Amino acid sequence: MSNWTDICQVDDILPNAGRAALFNGQQVAIFRICDNDGERFFAVDNYCPFAHANVLARGIVGSIGEELVVASPIYKQHFSLSDGHCLEDDSQSLRTWSVQRDGDTLQLTA
Amino acid sequence: MTQKIVLVGNGPVGHRFLEQMVKSGRIDDFEITVFGEEPRVAYDRVHLTAWFEERDAGPLNMVEGDFYADHGITCHVGDQVLAVDREAQTVTSAAGLCLPYDKLVLATGSYPFVPPVPGHDRDNCFVYRTIEDLEAITAASENAKTGTVVGGGLLGLEAAKALHDLGLKTHVVEFAPRLMAVQVDDGGGNILRKKIEDLGVSVHTQKNTREIVDGDNAVHKMNFADETELETDILVFSAGIRPRDELGRDSGLAIGERGGIIINDLCQTSDDNVYAIGEVALWGGRIYGLIAPGNTMAQVAADHITDSVTSTFEGADMSTKLKLMGVDVASVGDAHGNTEGALSYTYVNEADEVYKKIVISGDRQHLLGAVLVGDAEDYGNLLQFALNKITLPDQPDSMILPNVEGGGAALGVDALPDTATLCSCNNVSKGDLVEAVQAGCHTMGAIKDATTAATGCGGCAALVTQVMNAEMEKLGIEVNTDICEHFPYTRQDLFNLVKVEKIKSFQELLGRHGKGLGCDICKPAVASILAATWNDYILENDHGGLQDTNDRYLANMQKDGTYSVVPRVAGGEITPDKLIVLGEVAKKYDLYTKITGGQRVDLFGARAEQLPLIWKELIDAGFESGHAYGKSLRTCKSCVGSTWCRYGVQDSVGMAILLENRYKGLRSPHKLKMAVSGCTRECAEAQSKDVGVIATEKGWNLYVCGNGGMKPRHADLLATDIDDATLIRYIDRFFMFYVRTADRLQRTSVWMDNMEGGLSYLQSVIIDDRLGIAEELETDMAHIVDTYQCEWKTTIEDPVKVKQFSHFVNSDATDDNVVFVREREQIRPATAEERQGDILATA
Repeated sequence: MSNWTDICQVDDILPNAGRAALFNGQQVAIFRICDNDGERFFAVDNYCPFAHANVLARGIVGSIGEELVVASPIYKQHFSLSDGHCLEDDSQSLRTWSVQRDGDTLQLTA
Repeated sequence: MTQKIVLVGNGPVGHRFLEQMVKSGRIDDFEITVFGEEPRVAYDRVHLTAWFEERDAGPLNMVEGDFYADHGITCHVGDQVLAVDREAQTVTSAAGLCLPYDKLVLATGSYPFVPPVPGHDRDNCFVYRTIEDLEAITAASENAKTGTVVGGGLLGLEAAKALHDLGLKTHVVEFAPRLMAVQVDDGGGNILRKKIEDLGVSVHTQKNTREIVDGDNAVHKMNFADETELETDILVFSAGIRPRDELGRDSGLAIGERGGIIINDLCQTSDDNVYAIGEVALWGGRIYGLIAPGNTMAQVAADHITDSVTSTFEGADMSTKLKLMGVDVASVGDAHGNTEGALSYTYVNEADEVYKKIVISGDRQHLLGAVLVGDAEDYGNLLQFALNKITLPDQPDSMILPNVEGGGAALGVDALPDTATLCSCNNVSKGDLVEAVQAGCHTMGAIKDATTAATGCGGCAALVTQVMNAEMEKLGIEVNTDICEHFPYTRQDLFNLVKVEKIKSFQELLGRHGKGLGCDICKPAVASILAATWNDYILENDHGGLQDTNDRYLANMQKDGTYSVVPRVAGGEITPDKLIVLGEVAKKYDLYTKITGGQRVDLFGARAEQLPLIWKELIDAGFESGHAYGKSLRTCKSCVGSTWCRYGVQDSVGMAILLENRYKGLRSPHKLKMAVSGCTRECAEAQSKDVGVIATEKGWNLYVCGNGGMKPRHADLLATDIDDATLIRYIDRFFMFYVRTADRLQRTSVWMDNMEGGLSYLQSVIIDDRLGIAEELETDMAHIVDTYQCEWKTTIEDPVKVKQFSHFVNSDATDDNVVFVREREQIRPATAEERQGDILATA
């Protein structure tokens, strides 16, 4: 069994947007996706390897083909929310975390 | 010593001669006198029918401002020259003036031919040539029910349209078996006739009028040679033109057998000191009844008299394309196949009433002529083939056959050789265009910039677009105007959908018209459209996630993830107290401070969580959002104007503040900048802005679509000497039209460069309301102005919104990756090397 840590309330994050969280000393960008398939949550690095800044939680989320992505707000590269890979540059990828909903609370685990 | 020039005739061609004299730069060497028998100065006879639109001669006037006085030309209006004495070199006018000349230019034009049938001089019989004729026809129409035009040529159909528009039951009577007998053939004439009859105009062909007598139920009765008759209240004769060559005849100049003063290639008559130009002149046995050859003759004569460049008149191509009563008609070269051995291809579509014919040479190598009725889109293409003697494709008929899916050869522009001149105004060949496309010009704007094609009269724009598209297709560049993969629509389509279906959110639009989740292309674009239409607070829960990061945090994100803050300083006017507040806030939060080009102050280095605190202080001091973060109106720069400046003629600061406050917060496809200068010295650099206003003695000149930046563009003059209210009305319309129709991230300059018809089209929309949407545009803008709110004020008043600005959702810690160093007594982001070297300053 993994150890889940409470992070915030679901409503702290706007639908189809992200927020940064501090988790075990690391900056994690958590996204709340709402569409016809229901509500899903994703967590990736908040640090953009291209901009060298902690900004990904402030990026716009969307889809490219079947892939759910976040666009870096600085130079606009797209990262997969599910596995963190960069769509424009194979050599870059983000770490991912598991997110779960417990009642109205969002939880993270490594 | 100055030479004395006398010009007889003040019509369009005469006036063009004067303009050419001015253009030569040698106007001061000449003493020019112009006589016109009509009661007004030169007007645009080609567009005579436009008089009916406003029943005012003003818009047709061709003489700008103080043209005559400015260039030392003496103009006699309403005075006819009655005699020329070539020996004494004098002319004598009806008013009794007797003037000597060194060079005489006859531009007396032509008169409408009225067939000498008995009764042709009865009351209520008119011709169609001058504004006085139109006034008389209009007056007579008030007591008339029916009107008849004798003559089914080009001008006759114009006259028929006028009678029809005056509410008369209209007839056209033509001697020949078809309409427009000169330009079209029987097949084309049939379709043309059908189309015109569809409009409610009766057409009678092969009618020879024998006499005109009193009618039984109308003013006149026309008795035809075939024993039929037609009753009508008004008669307009339009049966061709005859040259006004009487001055030439009486003074013994060489005259053609069927009239017209004979000229050589230099437009000189049989007397070297006498020139004839326009419809009075006979060149190569031919009278040219079109404006373009007349203009060429005017230029040739002026060139010769001023001894500037050597130009000659070498005949003219009589190909024409026009819209008659809403019907497209075009004729190219030898439309009737009179050339020996000529072959023809014909396409007739009775269902859609389209007729096309091409005439080719007997050896099947070249296009000789064409007739198009109902659909004249191929005109440009066919004209190119004929003029450039381009070798025809194997199946010439494919040039006029409809391009049915799956069939039809890929011809059109592909068949043009690279040497074909497509833009004759600026002499741009197809090869030039292809080269430009290969060099990366993939929009009309880029093509125009690189080649100047389609920047003159614009007549070649369609052809140039085709060449560009064809070449891009060859290069494998897809011409896809969809905004992104989530919406198969352009930005303009989406704007219309939002407006028409009253869509209020992205999710609603995506649900109805899109697919997927959206992306960083369509979301901000739709957010901008929603804001420009409904003007809701942009961080409403539904809208927040759509905004680009700058809009989402209402500040400009910098390279390290911190933000800059720019409060509004309308017109660049600021009180010392407010300036002190900016300094105090910058000092308190240790922000890098810089003056912007838009006459305000930018404060850099604010972390997201500091933004609401900073703005609370600024708003308490009376500041409001400067929208520096948005694709929206930024600033309206101004010079100090008449209030302080000894040269200023209007209060430019006052106007700039008014304009900036009116349009602040307006969301648009790209950022918008304005400026107001208080005089023509233009210290506010208004001509480099999207909207620039320059004060004049009488009001304001309005410039639009300028740009600084990477690709500078001088703004175009849209309107002159307008008052405050008109200025605001035009800017309202201009901004809204741009917001509605531009592509995403398209500046006004590029929008203008890609607009078919360019400045004159924009003027017709903004000033003349050609699209009938001016009122709607103003209403839409009024809504934006009335619903303005300071987004920062709304935000700091809402604790839930303020919470969104903390860096972490679960901690009050700040981002430890933001590191500053000091330089010139202020902060700046640390470089990578500085971070590694651990040369840290306090954040």
